[in-house]
Amino acid sequence: MRVGVVTFPGSLDDRDAARAVRLAGAAAVPLWHKDPSLHDVDAVILPGGFSYGDYLRCGAIARFAPVMESIVSAAREGLPVLGICNGFQVLCEAHLLPGALIRNARRRFVCRDQVLRVHNTATVWTTAYRREQELVIPIKSGEGGYVADERTLDELQANDRIVVRYAVENPNGSYRHIAGICNGSGNVVGLMPHPEHAVEELTGPGTDGIGFFRSLTGAGV
Amino acid sequence: MARVVVDVVLKPEILDPQGQAIVGALGRLGIDGVRDVRQGKHFELEIDDAVDDDTVTRLADTLLANPVIENFSIRRR
Repeated sequence: MRVGVVTFPGSLDDRDAARAVRLAGAAAVPLWHKDPSLHDVDAVILPGGFSYGDYLRCGAIARFAPVMESIVSAAREGLPVLGICNGFQVLCEAHLLPGALIRNARRRFVCRDQVLRVHNTATVWTTAYRREQELVIPIKSGEGGYVADERTLDELQANDRIVVRYAVENPNGSYRHIAGICNGSGNVVGLMPHPEHAVEELTGPGTDGIGFFRSLTGAGV
Repeated sequence: MARVVVDVVLKPEILDPQGQAIVGALGRLGIDGVRDVRQGKHFELEIDDAVDDDTVTRLADTLLANPVIENFSIRRR
C-alpha cells in the first residue's frame, strides 16, 4: 500500500506522518503542494504545521494548492484522506469536512498529552479501535477550537460522524468536545490531535496513535 | 482601476478570543466603558473596471472570508 504525505510550505509533521505510515507497514510517498499528481497513492495524509504561514486563515491558502484540487476530487470518489491538525483545518477550508477551526477559547497555544475517546470505529482510519476506547495523543495547536452551526453539529452527532472527542478536559473550547470528525462516507477524517506523535514509546506518550495508520493498512494493533 | 474594500468579521455567534483579549488590555490601559470588541480583517483591492460585482462577491465568499464562521461587506470607493 502506498500512502501519500503532502508537504506544503510550512508543513512541520510530514516526516513524522511518513514514519508512522512506515511503522504501520505501508510505503510513504512524498507529495509536493505544487504537483497535482497523486502518484497512484492509495490514501493521502495532510500533516500538521503552518501551511503558507497560516496567512489569511489556517488552511485557507493551502486549499488552492494544485495538489489539493486533485485530492478534493479523489476524496469525493472515495480516496482515504486523513487531515491532522493543520491538515484538519485544510479539509474544513476545502469543504471536504463541515465547520471550521478557530483560535483556542483561552487564547493560549496548547501543547500536551491529551486524553481522547473514540466514538466512531467504522471510518477507514479508526477500525483498529474499540468504541469508547480512551487514547492518549499529543495536541499542539493555537487554533484548534472546532465550531459549526447547531444544525451541522446535530447532523454530525445523529449520523455518528464525530470520530473522537476530548475526554477529561476540553483543551480549546471545541463545540461538543469535538476533536475529530469524518465525512458522510467515512473515508475523510480530520482531527486536531497528532496520532503520528504517539506511535513509538521512545518519542511519544505511548503508541495509542498507531491505530489510525494500522486501520488503513490493515496491519492490526 | 477601482478600489474595493472588503471587511470581514466573525459571525456574532462565534466566540472571538482576540477581541476579548483586547477588551482586557483596554482595562489595563485605564480606559473603562468598552464592553465588547470584535476583531476583523480589512482588505483593500485594486481592481480593473472590467471586474464586476459578482466576481468581487465570489472572491470574498471563497477566499477572503470563510462563510462558515465569518460575514463580509463590500464597498466600492
